[in-house]
Amino acid sequence: MRLDRALLVLAPFSLLIIFKPWLPGWAITPPKSCLGGCADIDGMIPFVDWVNAAIVFLRKYEFFDAFTFRDITRSISGMVDSLLHFTEGLLHEGFADFGIGAIPWIALVGAAAIYGWYLRGWKLALLGSSCFLYLALFSKRGIWELSMQTLSAIAVSAPIAGLIGILVGILAAKRRTAERIIWPILNVLQSLPHFSYLIIVAIFFGVGSKAGVIATIVFAFPPMARLTLVGLQNIRSEVIEAGIMSGCSRMQMLFKVELPSARNELMLGVNQIIMQCLAMVVIASFIGQSGLGHDLLARLQRLAIGQALEVGVAVVFIAIALDRFSQAIANKQPTHLPEGTFWKRRPCLTTFIGFVAAILVLSPIAPFIAKFPEHLTISTSTFWDGIVDYITLHFYGPLANFRDALLVYFLIPFRSAITGIPWIAIIALVACLGWRMGGWRLALTVSLFVFFIAASGYWVRAMITLYMVLVSLMICAVFGIPIGIWASRREWSTRLMQNICDTFQTFPSFIYLLPVVMLFQISDVSAIFAIIIYASIPIVRYTIFGLRNVPQEIVEAAVTSGCTQNQMLWKVRLPMAFPEIILGLNQTLMFGLFMVMIAGFIGTVDLSQEIFRALTFNDGGKGLVIGLCVSFIGLTADRLLVAWSDRQKQEYGLA
Amino acid sequence: MSSNTKIACKEIWKLYGSNPREFFEKNQRNPSDEAIKSEQYIPAVRNATFDVHEGEILVIMGLSGSGKSTLVRCLSRLVEPTWGKVEFDGIDLLQAPEKTLIEIRRHKMGMVFQNFALLPHRTVLQNIAFPLEVQGIDKATRESKAREIIEIVGLQGRDNYYPRELSGGQQQRVGIGRSLAVEPDIWFLDEPFSALDPLIRKEMQNEFIRLQSILGKTIVFITHDFDEAIKLADRIAIMYEGIIVQLGTAEELISNPATQYVEEFTRDIPRAKLLSVSSIMEPLSGTVSEHLSVFADDSIEKIARTVLAQESDVQVMDQQNQAVGMLRRQRLLETIFENSSEE
Repeated sequence: MRLDRALLVLAPFSLLIIFKPWLPGWAITPPKSCLGGCADIDGMIPFVDWVNAAIVFLRKYEFFDAFTFRDITRSISGMVDSLLHFTEGLLHEGFADFGIGAIPWIALVGAAAIYGWYLRGWKLALLGSSCFLYLALFSKRGIWELSMQTLSAIAVSAPIAGLIGILVGILAAKRRTAERIIWPILNVLQSLPHFSYLIIVAIFFGVGSKAGVIATIVFAFPPMARLTLVGLQNIRSEVIEAGIMSGCSRMQMLFKVELPSARNELMLGVNQIIMQCLAMVVIASFIGQSGLGHDLLARLQRLAIGQALEVGVAVVFIAIALDRFSQAIANKQPTHLPEGTFWKRRPCLTTFIGFVAAILVLSPIAPFIAKFPEHLTISTSTFWDGIVDYITLHFYGPLANFRDALLVYFLIPFRSAITGIPWIAIIALVACLGWRMGGWRLALTVSLFVFFIAASGYWVRAMITLYMVLVSLMICAVFGIPIGIWASRREWSTRLMQNICDTFQTFPSFIYLLPVVMLFQISDVSAIFAIIIYASIPIVRYTIFGLRNVPQEIVEAAVTSGCTQNQMLWKVRLPMAFPEIILGLNQTLMFGLFMVMIAGFIGTVDLSQEIFRALTFNDGGKGLVIGLCVSFIGLTADRLLVAWSDRQKQEYGLA
Repeated sequence: MSSNTKIACKEIWKLYGSNPREFFEKNQRNPSDEAIKSEQYIPAVRNATFDVHEGEILVIMGLSGSGKSTLVRCLSRLVEPTWGKVEFDGIDLLQAPEKTLIEIRRHKMGMVFQNFALLPHRTVLQNIAFPLEVQGIDKATRESKAREIIEIVGLQGRDNYYPRELSGGQQQRVGIGRSLAVEPDIWFLDEPFSALDPLIRKEMQNEFIRLQSILGKTIVFITHDFDEAIKLADRIAIMYEGIIVQLGTAEELISNPATQYVEEFTRDIPRAKLLSVSSIMEPLSGTVSEHLSVFADDSIEKIARTVLAQESDVQVMDQQNQAVGMLRRQRLLETIFENSSEE
């Protein structure tokens, strides 16, 4: 019965594929000119030209005949520039005008240690201090300065992005109409590839570190806005009522009751903002953001893999430290202070004051405090180069064979199959699925998404993107779900796997290109492997979550019914976890899309290559339209999979 | 309105649905069950009219979904009633502008919540001082006031603890303290002890009785627990599907239940404890014991043992020691064993 209905949903799609030889040409690949017959554009509808016209109009537009849009962008970048000067002065350049040097390396190491100790204990103290120690010790190739540039860009962009996010979130929470407008925009923003932001920002703000920071802000604020909204909406109604009954005014309500009560979500938002900023600051090197990303990019372009890996490890260190610290801040619950002297009540603060005083006193007599002694610095790049050489020497042949076999026997046939599907068949497919999962509204939404891609003129490239994502998704599922099942069986393996996922997830996506380029040089295979490593994280994580969160009572009921371990897995846990696994697939697909776009950097022929071209030629219209194509692929899948998961949950009464 | 009425409610209605006000007007301000059901409205409160007297504990009793929480929220206008009138000290709350409402809540109302509703980022002291803080009272004054209250609710030494560091019972003491900080005229308690363990619940009920004997507030107390209602209430209002089906003292409810529903509720309650002799006495006739007589307003529980030890029925006297009737041993036995006889 169920199978019959499923077949019915797939029928229009299958029929269109079967009758493909008899379909007219325009139904297979979307026509390259608009239906009216106008020439010289890429797609049915000239979205690109429209966006470019809008950009030209905006740049020239004068507000109140007083100032132009360019004046606005200039003043914004001026502000960002001065903030950036300040943080860079603090962290590595110093303020020459005032005769003040930068914060010495030893102060950062010590501060990280004391703060880590205060937040969670000696483990975090060790992690924080060793991160900075690594940066100082391995600074032969200027890694310390580059890291400080990266950190100062984060120090500027994260607070601004956080503030914007909170404001947008509050607006959405307080006004229903605002929520209705803001929510879908956030959805699109969060699924636009990094490079679309870079292109648009480069057009309005030029290139360089300040443009990079602005792109980072725009990229990083949506999760904060979303979490603020969710946090404010999830406050228990009793707490709000307690505020009202205490006689709070609107402002008192917001600042004294609502925002503090949403603390957990807001703190999660802070963590996400910081990690998003790091990821984007690294990628913003494409528009001239200085720092680790810039160096990484330059070395990768020269194929100096060993040196690139050295920088990559620094990025990874910073990522882990930032993530663990911001999580520790989020999880730090207020505790009452013990009675006694100041030292007893606030031991960490006292230590910190003493430490700063010691540095101030000692730095004039001991120069190594201000600057890490040069003769002690180390470079690891020869070590990494050695590894790369070793791999090339001993494994190149087999790896190349593996790569070629994969290409010839699997990837290329699969690619031809996907790109050969008539576009109207795909519209029919998503429309039917949408109708089945969520009714006609969903069907209409997803069909419009797909139609946009078809009309934009990037259909074939979009299908290549889809092929890469689908291949990766399949491989991720084949490996990720069993790994998740294995890990969920025991307490220790669950914790181990969650730790691995947490750690890997903090790395900026760009980092994943390094090992695959090392192994497979530049090809579809490298791109797909990078995607697989990066995108496997969510499917493993969600599988574990789903399996472990089956209600205890149900497990006990199954045990008392006499289930064996295997029966428990197949008949109880997996079916109950199914909705979560779908959500995991959804996340994997989103991660995959993001990674595909970055993988364009190492040479693929899908949408990402076009977007790199747009970046080179500063073509804003193309950048945005391709970005939207990627976003709509993601949103189509997201809508359908989430609706499917919700349906399943409702059927099981889990929702 | 009598002089000692604190809150007077008239014809309060609260309907949930797409356009309750219009629906209400369309049905001559008295929609029938069928109309409500067919247009898919949810009737939370239906035509509630009652007074809360100064200094009394009025318990509103009902099972979950009976509308009791909505009703108490209509009294403080946390929920906007669809229709009706709430007069508080002669002020019409439903017409009062936002500013007046804030003033009234800041100075005259206190409320305790089922799940405590404490602010997690504030210490015990700061939570209790919160209503004073939003009034703009300076820190020293409000904290010394809050310390007094900490004494009253028995949380000495916990001033600087955060809510999550406290047990449920202690958290509710903070909730009670916060609601008392402004010395309110009227005190709303919305199932304050329902989230606590039975033993702690009993302890808190006794604590509540102790507090009330000091404070003598006007109280509206919500509960789903009939035993709790009997223990604490001066008067009890029983709600069922949004309607107050009966309002009276515990004794009135038990001896004279208005509906089947009330009767079912009161069936398992030990009568001997609540009923007085007067409720089961009969006119004088026949012989009575010469050794013993009882007072009309004694509880049955109190006199049962001695009366049953007698060979014959006993005489009932009023406060002036005048004979007003007699108590038959047979009737006494029936009353005491009424609960078990039906099983």
